Amino acid sequence: MATTAAPSSRGESPRGRSSRGRSPQPDDLSVTRSRAARRRPDGVSYLFLLPAIVLFTVFITLPALAGAFISLTDYVGFGEWRFLGLANYAVLFTDPNVLQSYGFTIGFSVVTVVLVNVVALVLALGLNARIKLKTALRGAFFLPMVVSGIVIAFVFNYLFSTSLPALAATLGLTGLEQSLLANPDLAWIAVVLVTAWQAVPSALIIYLAGLLAVPEDVYEAAALDGATAWRQFWGITLPLVSGYVVINTVLGFKNFLNAYDIIVGLTDGGPGTATRSVAMTIFTGFTSGDYAYQMANAVIFFVLTVVISVLQLQIIRRRGVSL
Amino acid sequence: MVTVDPARVASRGVRPQRPLQVVGRRRRGRGWGLTALLLLAALTVLVPLYFAVVMAFKTPEQAVAGTGFALPSPLNWGSFADAWTLTGFARAFLVSVAVSAVSVAGVLLLASCASYAIVRNWEHRLFRWSYVYLLAAMFIPFPVVALPQVKLTAVLGLANPGGVALLHIMFQLSFSVLLYSAFLRSIPAELEEAARMDGASTWQVFWRLIFPLLAPMNATVGIFAFLASWNDYMMPSLITADQTLQTIPVVQKIFQLAFSTDYNVAFASYLMAMAPTIVVYVFAQRWVLSGVTRGAIK
Repeated sequence: MATTAAPSSRGESPRGRSSRGRSPQPDDLSVTRSRAARRRPDGVSYLFLLPAIVLFTVFITLPALAGAFISLTDYVGFGEWRFLGLANYAVLFTDPNVLQSYGFTIGFSVVTVVLVNVVALVLALGLNARIKLKTALRGAFFLPMVVSGIVIAFVFNYLFSTSLPALAATLGLTGLEQSLLANPDLAWIAVVLVTAWQAVPSALIIYLAGLLAVPEDVYEAAALDGATAWRQFWGITLPLVSGYVVINTVLGFKNFLNAYDIIVGLTDGGPGTATRSVAMTIFTGFTSGDYAYQMANAVIFFVLTVVISVLQLQIIRRRGVSL
Repeated sequence: MVTVDPARVASRGVRPQRPLQVVGRRRRGRGWGLTALLLLAALTVLVPLYFAVVMAFKTPEQAVAGTGFALPSPLNWGSFADAWTLTGFARAFLVSVAVSAVSVAGVLLLASCASYAIVRNWEHRLFRWSYVYLLAAMFIPFPVVALPQVKLTAVLGLANPGGVALLHIMFQLSFSVLLYSAFLRSIPAELEEAARMDGASTWQVFWRLIFPLLAPMNATVGIFAFLASWNDYMMPSLITADQTLQTIPVVQKIFQLAFSTDYNVAFASYLMAMAPTIVVYVFAQRWVLSGVTRGAIK
């Protein structure tokens, strides 16, 4: 959700200017530098940093390294193990279950990212326009953000499996009387809809913040030149918020790749394994005796996450947008 | 001693009070048409919640009749009592409160201290690298390290809500450090220098001067940490071994497996699970929204 500029250049002055101030004035910088040179970090600074670094190393870094090592063995979660090298990885790339979960997860993420961005942008434009009941409407659209994913998925589960088919039957809509969740080819649509339902608010926040930055007089000038609302959207609004589109795509994609809670509540990976996400597949390593094998899967998943994020960040950098 | 108006200093780094309030473009009609469209769109949010409410108040016979959208008559309050005892709601609620409280407090403390140390010692390599190190975790989602982490927490005797809270803190750290660091950079160094002239130590400067100035960002970081912890299903379901010490979302799943055919009771239980955050949100809406917006624009 953050759209912050990470301090990228090594010598950038840390204080006295906002993250937007990319080119600090030279004399200010030298003042900061000389002051810093005078002052070594004191004990309290180390004391402040230490707990975060230590806990982080013990609970994230070490498990990650241990996991990467385990992926090279035949460990089943307990007892003895042998070193296997890359054998787990070799099997992984031909395992239909694994490939299917990647196919589903990536496909689902792409569709959800597109849907969330379109809906959020349209809502942001609407909420930003001159409307009545603005506070109430905004309150309603942000509500899904505070609701637990798995619990609302249970509610939607009943809606999709019982209420909508019953409604379709009453209205005489044949073809819709079947539960969406029972159809292996269509169940993913339900997962997309519920995930989008919950993810729209975070994207909406960013778009609303982005629209604030679009100056009013640009529109007035365009209107004077006779540009229609439609032309104004494509010619002014969209180019100006395109950076926020990229940000929402990066953040959304990262979340959707890890989809778990909503799927558990909605389809539990079914019917069959049609909507089983990568996270769900990895977690089967707890029970199936595939501990080391699923750890290899986790490593691949990590590489995929990093590659996708770096690619998207590259695009951002080329467009000169700060994240 | 230095006298600072925290509000004034704080407002340098953040947007004004009501960031989402945008002055509409005053050249279209009166806006009722668009309002109607948006109200229609808002139904997609409200209908599932309406559904949960009406189902929870139905009798068992009513619950299975028709599409479920009909209003309950007569009102049946009994489902809530059933759901309360069947899910052990009181205990799950207390566990959830404890986990979220520890998680929020831990994130606020660890992230603000670490960010402060990093930002004010940015010239020193160790602190710069620490920043990159902490932020790199954004690329490590829970599923990637879940298998070893479950082992680790079990070995350390943390296969319980305590371990869940600890992991919630860890996974919230990157994002929070990012927010705090950006905010801290906007606090002018002169303030701190003045306090130092008066002989304040780093410890005093942080707790007396900087931490109070961080208040708006504390709210933002705290809201995100709370929502992530309170609503999480994935971590507690995998980490906590004792099922009687589970948080509310996990209890819903256990309950759903066992009693899924009593729909009125199930929905009463879902409603009770969702109610705390919704109620808080409805009453503190402006505060919550300005908090999360700060996270978006920082």
